Amino acid sequence: MSALGFLIKKEFIQFRRNRFVSRLVFLLPIIVMLIVPLVANMDVKGVNVAVVDMDRSGLSGRMVSHLEASKQLRARLVVTDYRQAYDLLEAGKVDVIVTIPEGCEQTQMLGRMPEIKIDANAVNATKSGLGSQYVIASLTPLLTDGSAVLSPSVRYFYNETLDYRFYMIPAFIIIIIMLICCFIPALNLVLEKEKGTIEQINVTPVSRMEFTLSKLIPYWIIGMVALTEAILTAGLVYGLWPEGSLASIYWAALVFALAMSGFAIAVVNISDTMQQCIFVMFFFVMLFMLMSGLLTPLDSMPQWAQWLTVAFPPRWFVGIMRAVYLKGTTLAELAPDFLALAVVATFFCIVAIVTYRKQK
Amino acid sequence: MDNIIEIRGLTKKFGNFTAVDGISFSVERGEIFGFLGANGAGKTTAMRMLCGLSFPTAGSGKVAGYDVMTEGEQIKSHIGYMSQRFSLYEDLTVNENMELFGGIYGMKRGDIADRSCQLLHEISFSDHADDLVGSLPLGWRQKLAFMVATMHRPEIVFLDEPTGGVDPITRRQFWDLIRAAAARGTTIFVTTHYMDEAEYCSRISIMVDGRIKALDTPQALMLQMDAKNMNEVFVKLCR
Repeated sequence: MSALGFLIKKEFIQFRRNRFVSRLVFLLPIIVMLIVPLVANMDVKGVNVAVVDMDRSGLSGRMVSHLEASKQLRARLVVTDYRQAYDLLEAGKVDVIVTIPEGCEQTQMLGRMPEIKIDANAVNATKSGLGSQYVIASLTPLLTDGSAVLSPSVRYFYNETLDYRFYMIPAFIIIIIMLICCFIPALNLVLEKEKGTIEQINVTPVSRMEFTLSKLIPYWIIGMVALTEAILTAGLVYGLWPEGSLASIYWAALVFALAMSGFAIAVVNISDTMQQCIFVMFFFVMLFMLMSGLLTPLDSMPQWAQWLTVAFPPRWFVGIMRAVYLKGTTLAELAPDFLALAVVATFFCIVAIVTYRKQK
Repeated sequence: MDNIIEIRGLTKKFGNFTAVDGISFSVERGEIFGFLGANGAGKTTAMRMLCGLSFPTAGSGKVAGYDVMTEGEQIKSHIGYMSQRFSLYEDLTVNENMELFGGIYGMKRGDIADRSCQLLHEISFSDHADDLVGSLPLGWRQKLAFMVATMHRPEIVFLDEPTGGVDPITRRQFWDLIRAAAARGTTIFVTTHYMDEAEYCSRISIMVDGRIKALDTPQALMLQMDAKNMNEVFVKLCR
């Protein structure tokens, strides 16, 4: 067995002895996959609507019942005074006010489009935006006379039911790998610095590469175990199995895990204390989460920011994972992204090795 | 004469502060060399340069035949080092620590097993081979750290205050181990604040403010300084 073999064995013994961390690492993927997709849900339900009916006509009555029939809306109350509805909006009891003006029915009978006023509480921008969209959608058929409206039929490919969970599950798998492969090796190594054991290693002839690899390889394996747990949980609980081949997912994940732990080791190499290391890690992990297309599309960022993300490992992995998971794209078709990910991973591993100094 | 350490004008600066100011000395193979000085005199910094943990700012010299400026990594295969801070892995057992460090130095599995058995026997600690190092009392830890530092049969062992905070009986036992190792031909380079220990050394140097103020056998130093014991020598030089 080489020095590397002895060092890796040591990492596994330490991992096993640290009951808390080893249990956490095994439970984390399952817990995240069970809970987060249920909570992180962007579909808006239960938008409270107050209707100010100043028309009191047959049409306004039908409008109210249409709103009540909508699945996403909850028509709270029908009042005649706008002031009253506004107070409710201020108090946070309703999200959207629909005002039906006097003479609405008459206007429509004259063949013109009546003006319906919609006020939304935009403190919660998503809810108000989507809420007013829902209101418009449910009222439009009533206000236009059927013949004039061309209603397009939309079909959503790859995620037919537009289930937000399906969109997010690959993202959460990425977050799990990111957390495990960033924080666990970083905390482990910075602890060696703080305890002083790294000095005993630095005074031995072990090479920088061997020592760095001994910190990368174990967490690489542990990352793959976490990935397996997450895929199984997503499949068994939500029925979402990858459309593409498992091999492509694992290949991409292997490279991604290497990139993330290489990055983590590099951060530790330039920081002296736990606080420094954790702070820098959080800073970058936050950037990774926000700027890699995990939660919001990459294309909506300014051009300079998009350029910046070229060096972010998740930026490449997110695209690969979603395409393989939901569309069944093969790795061969994703070759450019995969290559980019491999380049970034190599870069971080080299930085990790080079920034490690045995002699100061 | 066969010198295992030979250095000229070794200097280390941290910004404007000169921690070690052009020290020159040599250590003969097989001797116990005491490296004394007040706290902050620059002992640890000097020792770290000799071990290839720290780049000298200036100077030249050789440790175990390798250049301290350029061949730090080669030096490391031939030395053992026990730092001021306890630095074995506390969450590994005694045996696991020995196996790890033996393995890092490129020893074969069989050799590691024989050697750790022999070393543990020497400190009558064989019964505790499977104890976690973190559970051992300080005295035992220090003896164990010394054994691990000599695991790969280094030519020279650097000990940085190995007996700090250790009780007098264990201290004596520790020095028995040091002398036994020296008798087998290992050179010992040791720093200490205990003057009774200084008297066990073949030769001692006393560092004051980054410079070596005196270097000779304990007896000669006592004679020169007109002192009854090493304690007096130290106080006279460092005050």
